[in-house]
Amino acid sequence: MKRFALAGNPNCGKTTLFNSLTGSTAHVGNWPGVTVDKRDGVYKKCAEPVAIVDLPGIYSLSPYTPEEVIARNYILDEKPDCVINIVDATNLERNLYLTTQLLEMDVPIVIALNMMDAVERQGDKIDGKELERRLGVPVVKISALKETGLQELMDKAFNESNKTRRGSTVLKDTKLGHLIGDVKIALAGQNVDNPLFHAIKLVEGDEIEVAMHKETVNMVEEFKATFNDDIFGTDFEALVADGRYKYISKYFAPVLTRKSKEKFQTTRSDKADKVLTNRWAGIPIFLVILFLIFHLTFSENFLFVSTFADWAGRPLPTLEDLGLVAEGEPINYGVRWLATIYDGAIFSPGVIVNNIWNDMLVGELFGWIGGLVEGSGMAPWAVGLINNGIIEGLGAVLSFLPPILTLFLFFSILEDSGYMARIAFILDRMFRRFGLSGRSFLPMIMGFGCSVPAMINTRTLADEKERTATVRVIPFFSCGAKLPILTAVAGAIIVQFAKGNGNADLITYAMYLLGIVVAIVSVLLMRSTTLKGETPPFIMELPAYHAPQFKNLMAHLWDKTKHFVKKAFTIILASTIVIWVLTHFAFDWTFLQDEAINDSILAGLCKLLQPLFTPLGFGSQLGAYGWVFVLAAVAGLIAKENVISTFATLGACIIAVLDVGSLGGITAEAIATDDTGISSVIAMIAATGITVPGLISFIAFNMTTIPCFAAVGTAKSELGNKKRFNWTLVFWLVASYLVGAIVYTIGSWWWTLFIWLAVIGAVTTLIVLYNKGKIKLKPLKKMSKRS
Amino acid sequence: MQKTLDQFAIGEQGIVVQVAGEGKIKRRLFDMGITPGAEILLRKRAPLGDPLEITVRSYELSLRITEAQCILMKVDNSTTASEGKE
Repeated sequence: MKRFALAGNPNCGKTTLFNSLTGSTAHVGNWPGVTVDKRDGVYKKCAEPVAIVDLPGIYSLSPYTPEEVIARNYILDEKPDCVINIVDATNLERNLYLTTQLLEMDVPIVIALNMMDAVERQGDKIDGKELERRLGVPVVKISALKETGLQELMDKAFNESNKTRRGSTVLKDTKLGHLIGDVKIALAGQNVDNPLFHAIKLVEGDEIEVAMHKETVNMVEEFKATFNDDIFGTDFEALVADGRYKYISKYFAPVLTRKSKEKFQTTRSDKADKVLTNRWAGIPIFLVILFLIFHLTFSENFLFVSTFADWAGRPLPTLEDLGLVAEGEPINYGVRWLATIYDGAIFSPGVIVNNIWNDMLVGELFGWIGGLVEGSGMAPWAVGLINNGIIEGLGAVLSFLPPILTLFLFFSILEDSGYMARIAFILDRMFRRFGLSGRSFLPMIMGFGCSVPAMINTRTLADEKERTATVRVIPFFSCGAKLPILTAVAGAIIVQFAKGNGNADLITYAMYLLGIVVAIVSVLLMRSTTLKGETPPFIMELPAYHAPQFKNLMAHLWDKTKHFVKKAFTIILASTIVIWVLTHFAFDWTFLQDEAINDSILAGLCKLLQPLFTPLGFGSQLGAYGWVFVLAAVAGLIAKENVISTFATLGACIIAVLDVGSLGGITAEAIATDDTGISSVIAMIAATGITVPGLISFIAFNMTTIPCFAAVGTAKSELGNKKRFNWTLVFWLVASYLVGAIVYTIGSWWWTLFIWLAVIGAVTTLIVLYNKGKIKLKPLKKMSKRS
Repeated sequence: MQKTLDQFAIGEQGIVVQVAGEGKIKRRLFDMGITPGAEILLRKRAPLGDPLEITVRSYELSLRITEAQCILMKVDNSTTASEGKE
């Protein structure tokens, strides 16, 4: 099968064209070794089916970014049968800059002049025939969005792919023309493929090429010694870039006839931008948009209708008030549907989708399967494994799907419309202080919803170190699933220790703040030690605003869904099974009922781990039942929802063993009917005698430790590098352990604050001194080699 | 009159004379079309004062003040006049 590669600038409509050409055959993965999207698919309407590969969006073929290296290596090494270069007709000069570089390769090329509809709307004209004559390769006018000209484009490309083409350059008449010609002949003599391309890159002093053709570099160096340019001196990289743009301005740009004679026109997009990035209104508008996104995704009080009704003195009735819910159950099927939309308040669209998915679809399906398994007469352990292990585990993971996709949809809209780049523009100043760029703000704030889409969103960060740092701190922005832990424990603290006088929300809020502080400190620490590097530059295109395209959004969402579901059914499923087995079998492999969890393998392991958590306030000092906190934290590694559900399970067991009086008056029934988990936490407090600092330390630990399986899996694929991923796990463990220990010790003995401050001060000073070169660490690696 | 791009007032236009700076950043500026002879209009500053938004080769680009300091410009004297028109 023939292979065509799509190449072009970011924002030139390449993805839209790719989606139009390949439709459902598209497949998204990563390029080997890097987390840059690799898309491929099949175009079926040519004389024979053609494979289409979408190269990353790039501005140039420099050796400096992974995207550019991927694109050039693909064309040079994989030798596609034709390169389709998409050129944004509304931005001709800069797009043709890449074209001049592609033309230097020995590969058939067809130019797709995209967004012609937008050019014509402005009343401008492009002489395609003339451009074709000057470039020497076919030019086809298309609109990827309206799908016009695609068949002609593909026919031309197919036609070209049967020919051979030699590279040509726009630099032949510049001062470097002769040198390029000589180097090319030398390389051709060595039987190098693409001699022209390599010759020009050698003249530029491209680091990849210099390493490849060491002997030929001397030719360039000798030439350089006798050369001097008035403006550029012997900076050949600059001379080459300048030569390209000069040629483009002189020969290619005139094919465009503008209707308006103004040098700098003000378009509709510019007018919108005046408001959206306005000096005063820019930041407030951004905050409102952010709030709306979270409100539409998570709010159970849509547009505050119910709050307004309360103010008006006419509160909206709940379903129970209406007599539609009896004994906690909807009275009929219709009411169950109604309950997904309304219960005393109207739910936001995100919550409605979530309810329908979880209560009506997945819940119903899994309930039905569970019933079948129950009635099948299998051994109790098999029923338990399928129903409580596999189905519940899958359910926990799949229940994340609606909020993840809803959040993703909104963020795709921001990205597609061009607003995302403006957010980075607005916030860059603030984030530079921490050694990050404005782009890292969005992934972080998305973390408050769910870490999974947040980590995937770090793909918009260009700098690898910035990206790693961002992925690592995302879990500190406490996600939706961690909220129940906070509210349950905070609620129990107020009931048990403050006799109901106090504000549990204050504790919850303080924990959110703690997470942000830990994130900031971690980023500062990483950027000054292990992830040291210059603040990445912020030379970024601000693409023109345009309405997001439904088809693109759906393609985007579909990719994410496939990705997530695949993970749910592989690594996450396997892990849930392992954990279930460990909690339901004793060391002698006898099957245990839920209540007997105390005797399980995992409980045994947790008892071993228990002393480790003594400095955090939930270790050995808690006595016989102290391991429940360890177990809850371990169970939280699957999904953070498990922390509270483990308390509920264990609470029931403990009540069976201990008498009610010693458990603060909590009964088994209270635990079973309490959705908030507060009762079970109170039972745990009574059974273990854990202190308030211990409890706070416990939630702080859970918030900052290794996140759920879904997030860990995402981090693994986003970090791309095994070593980096392993260190990330270590980082999470160390960070959460330290945070827990600091919270517990300071909470228990206030004067330890000074010890911690002294330690932090000493570490900071050491890092500062080390970075200034005042202290040198002994090179450990060399020493170990010698010994 | 010559000055670096970061010293431009909003709405001021000019022509690039020279681009300084080291390897990677300079190459990036070149790749994005900021080469000697290119016309640049400073459109705005971000709400917090930095980065800047410019129009170059009929598209919008953002860059930080530190990066703009690498770009030496010749001021287009007609700028003030065209600003008055708006």
